[in-house]
Amino acid sequence: MFGTLSQRLQQTFQRLRSRGRLTEQDVDAALREVRLALLEADVHFRVVKEFIQRLRERAVGEEVLHSLTPTQMVIKLVHQELTQLMGGEAVRLQLTGQPTVVLLVGLQGAGKTTAAAKLAGWLQRDHHRPLLVAADVYRPAAIRQLQVLGEQLHVPVFEQGTDVPPVTIATQGVTHARLHGYDVVLIDTAGRLQIDEAMMAEVREIKSQVQPQEILLVVDAMTGQEAVNVASQFNEALQLTGVILTKLDGDARGGAALSIRKVTGAPIKFVGVGEKLDALEPFYPDRMAARILGMGDVLSLIERAQSTLDQKEAREVGERLARNSFTLEDFLVQMQQVRRLGPLDQLLGMIPGFDRLAGHHPELGQQGEQQMRRVEAIIRSMTPQERRQPGLIDASRKRRIAAGSGTTVQDVNRLLKEFDQVRSLMKQVSGQAKRKGAVPKGLRFPF
Amino acid sequence: MRWWGRKVTTELEQPQIPLVKPASPLATPAESAAAGGSAEPPDRPGKSWLARLRAGLNRTRQAIFAPLAELGRHGRIEPEVYDRLEEALLAADVGVTTTAALLGRLRQEVKEQGCTQTEQLLPLLRQAITAELGEVPVGLQTAAQPPTVYLFVGVNGAGKTSTIGKLAAQLRRQGQRVLVGAADTFRAAAIDQLEVWTRRAGVDLIKHQEGADPAAVAYDAVAAGKARGFDYVLIDTAGRLQNKENLMKELSKMRRVIERENQSPPAETLLVVDATTGQNGLQQARLFTEAAGVTGLVLTKLDSSAKGGIVLAIAHELHLPVKLVGVGEGLDDLQPFSPLDFAQALLPDWQVDSGADGPV
Repeated sequence: MFGTLSQRLQQTFQRLRSRGRLTEQDVDAALREVRLALLEADVHFRVVKEFIQRLRERAVGEEVLHSLTPTQMVIKLVHQELTQLMGGEAVRLQLTGQPTVVLLVGLQGAGKTTAAAKLAGWLQRDHHRPLLVAADVYRPAAIRQLQVLGEQLHVPVFEQGTDVPPVTIATQGVTHARLHGYDVVLIDTAGRLQIDEAMMAEVREIKSQVQPQEILLVVDAMTGQEAVNVASQFNEALQLTGVILTKLDGDARGGAALSIRKVTGAPIKFVGVGEKLDALEPFYPDRMAARILGMGDVLSLIERAQSTLDQKEAREVGERLARNSFTLEDFLVQMQQVRRLGPLDQLLGMIPGFDRLAGHHPELGQQGEQQMRRVEAIIRSMTPQERRQPGLIDASRKRRIAAGSGTTVQDVNRLLKEFDQVRSLMKQVSGQAKRKGAVPKGLRFPF
Repeated sequence: MRWWGRKVTTELEQPQIPLVKPASPLATPAESAAAGGSAEPPDRPGKSWLARLRAGLNRTRQAIFAPLAELGRHGRIEPEVYDRLEEALLAADVGVTTTAALLGRLRQEVKEQGCTQTEQLLPLLRQAITAELGEVPVGLQTAAQPPTVYLFVGVNGAGKTSTIGKLAAQLRRQGQRVLVGAADTFRAAAIDQLEVWTRRAGVDLIKHQEGADPAAVAYDAVAAGKARGFDYVLIDTAGRLQNKENLMKELSKMRRVIERENQSPPAETLLVVDATTGQNGLQQARLFTEAAGVTGLVLTKLDSSAKGGIVLAIAHELHLPVKLVGVGEGLDDLQPFSPLDFAQALLPDWQVDSGADGPV
């Protein structure tokens, strides 16, 4: 996500960092890079202009030039301003209606139908009873698409074919929900251009008939400068309550996210991050800003780690580490913990600075995944005693382990050698830690 | 039908119940009747796409090109004139690098020709743009031996399926025998959507089940195209984001399968790009070309207020020509690309939107 923007800013600041002291000209040079990066990230050029102006005022002021760590200060400023630009705090859905009516609108191909289904799934996991309403009577098979997705989620889809005007479908859908006890109604509308007056009149009519609590604009993360016009005109016509940013699992830098909030005031509430129906996440402006700056999405990672890592296991491993009795069994446990967090390439993307590395080696994540599976197989083919005392493993045992794990003796050798290296490295580290009287925190988790 | 015995359905004038029915109160009768499928959105007059672009701008009185309106008031060429032009190009998604290159070229021309007045600038800049895009429109290639195979690729929601539907209808009307391969086996109801389009167009469809191997669909489409003497085989693929390595490999495989079966690569591999796409379009063009050997672009949704300037950046950096533009939802709203019209729409004369307010 937002890959190249963070790369650009990192480059700029690295150049500054190497000099140590800032002059006004240095700040200007950095700001020029920030401007270019933002423009290339599809942030609207007027938003960029304003952003840079504000940044310059703060950067050239006392704050930065007289700071002891000026570059850190600039990074902090850019981060603060970016966060603010994207709306500061995360904003949740308002589920206050009885039923709550949510209207999804947007251009053709933005991902409304998929977003509607994902949102239904999300609500369902949150213990709501959602109803999907198929009000796109124009695009061929749009209703069918929603029905298929609804079936996959076991969420009912209200439809009346394509003979009935969308306004009627929407109102009857809401009535249907009220009668049958659904608490959230998600209305999927046809894609429309914001300059198409007849189609905009139609969606305004839907709005006035169903009185939705939430009107969400669905926007493709790849959208360019046009995002501003689209968002501001949809907002003018419908008074948006929020935005869903889709296809953020691509490599688009997503500058649209920065501009839309700026011009509409409507917060981004969700982001679509994959083709699967559960690939919808709440949008956190501060995390996204951190990510843009190459600080990694550390918060998301920690949150995920906390919900999946077995704290007790982790602590035990940490203690054994400190006692220097780390075994292949512990190694296996650690690896399983990491894998429980999710696909490796996704995890790596969240680690600060890794996007630069991954940019050159996109295959890294997948290879790592394979490697991990192989290592796991090898360790599992060992007896418990072998895992605790790798010294026992002789040539014959190696052949057995290789055959059992579907690998070669060379693979087994490599693993044993690497494990040995890791262990001696840990010995050093824990030795240092002991002298300082503490177990190094960073070693408890393998990232 | 084929040696591995997978069930292949071929559709030929099947009197089925349409999945979606016409006669929405909003649809014009003619369009609904012609479509025989789903309802058409309202208000789609047959105008040239340039006219439509302008109409769009005037109707909403929104002017991305307000910077140019100010330009008209200047007489002599001053430094800030270039700033306004830069903004205009950036606002159209042309991108920083290409904009810098175009303006560099403009400055040089101005110097060489000794221009002094701002009104001389726009024609020069338009010339630079058309030079970048290739002065002459590049048509679609056909194969020496029929069938001519076109493979359509692109990210999700770019408009591949609709483009195929429109192209199939136009070729059919020219008396060509057209077969469409439904190789988007991933997205829910993608096959149904293509089915509606092919029925409207009156052309044949090769399809498997949802979730089937798309390369197998492509193989069957090409094999059937050869065996039954079709002139054109158009193959739809699932939308995919270009950073999904496995999905891109799937595309490479489809291309290989087509090449092996047809003894030649697809006559065109067309990357479908949405006109609202920003700078990510460049990355799309790069990676899709790497995986599938893209030969040209289709720029869709140009009836929006977006300018599609990204194709200029793609032409500048990767030399991929634009072959077709989509300007609406009707069957005829797919047209050959004209660099001259495009440059004119990108940089309209300042009278067009003078006095309008900017978008922010």
